[in-house]
Amino acid sequence: MSHHDHDDHGVSRRTVLECMTWAGTGVLWTISGGVPRSLGLVDTANAAEQATGLTFLQISDSHVGFDKPANPNVSGTLEEAINKVKLIPSKPSFMIHTGDISHLSKASEFDDADRIISQAKLDVHYVPGEHDFLDEEVKFYKERYGKGSRGAGWYSFDANGVHFIGLVNVVDLKAGGLGNLGAEQIEWLESDLKGRSKSTPIVVFAHIPLWTVYPQWGWGTEDGGRALDYLKGFGSVTVLNGHIHQVMQKVEGNVTFHTARSTAFPQPAPGTAPSPGPMKVADDKLRGLLGVASVNFKMGEERLAIIDTPLQG
Amino acid sequence: MKRRDVLTRGASLAAAALLLPLAGRKARAETMTVSIDNFTFTPAEVKVKVGDTVRWTNHDDIPHTVVSAGKFRSKTLDSDDSFTFTFAAAGDYTYFCSLHPHMTGMIKVE
Repeated sequence: MSHHDHDDHGVSRRTVLECMTWAGTGVLWTISGGVPRSLGLVDTANAAEQATGLTFLQISDSHVGFDKPANPNVSGTLEEAINKVKLIPSKPSFMIHTGDISHLSKASEFDDADRIISQAKLDVHYVPGEHDFLDEEVKFYKERYGKGSRGAGWYSFDANGVHFIGLVNVVDLKAGGLGNLGAEQIEWLESDLKGRSKSTPIVVFAHIPLWTVYPQWGWGTEDGGRALDYLKGFGSVTVLNGHIHQVMQKVEGNVTFHTARSTAFPQPAPGTAPSPGPMKVADDKLRGLLGVASVNFKMGEERLAIIDTPLQG
Repeated sequence: MKRRDVLTRGASLAAAALLLPLAGRKARAETMTVSIDNFTFTPAEVKVKVGDTVRWTNHDDIPHTVVSAGKFRSKTLDSDDSFTFTFAAAGDYTYFCSLHPHMTGMIKVE
């Protein structure tokens, strides 16, 4: 991307988006204009120190209730993740949870998740995963987390000059298709963005990736492109998703796409296994594949930093 | 008497005409199985007769559903859970998992 692009959209400020990912291997990547550059750990520390403005956390795919070999104690690893959150020196402003709070939408699973997540003592903004709509009457998610939201649970809010949009792409899925937002939600998105200054940093979060990661496994959103059309022209757009239980990232123009780790179990890289199901790894490897992400905006520079931190390693 | 015989015989013939093709094919309804493994319905296509039952069993560590729009819809099937449906009418029934819609299958009922 270039200044010229932004000038076309009337954005005066330089809006290069930088994204830093600590991928758990001790490597820090800076991505500027789509070109990744390794920085090293010292710079990680510097980046963290310099960080001012808005910091929030992303947590995803807790799957409370899952008890299969890939991780028989998902409540335990969720608790470890929350304990890590509690140790962050400068308190984040809030947390977003990108869905699959529970495994089977049982009241007891939501109760356990709430009990553990609330220990972080942070506001949590949720969007649902497909595992959160499995109760007979499909009411638990909406009752617990959907207050003030529209449709199946979409909404927006503002924090420190950043506009946050929580979307739902896990309902009314069509045979043979991918994730689905639906016409009503996309119309709402259009009206939500209408008249908003193009220099407003936008963060969109939803469960299933809004970009096509791997359609053979359903990792994408059928009408995600339509939603992203309305985000064209904004100087800084960040799309945060879960669902695929691994860190994956792409920069396209002004849009950074990023998926977070699960706190419950890892899933294989696209196409590397017969199915996207839970991946059983050696016990001492598990915590290197689970974790949370922290996201920081440096206001004035429209710079976004995402740091993925595994539970261990 | 004569008239009754004719009627009886007629009814018997009619019944035989109805029953014979069925009896010729098989004695009673069968249950076919579809296995859910690795986010896939196997076999992807099953041919059954009217009156037959299909049983889907989920062998994955992740829940799935079996949904044919307007025809049948299972509850959420956790690991090792099953869903059965008996087909009373001929036709092609396409179905999918409403949680993982890339999973699709077909039951052909003759």
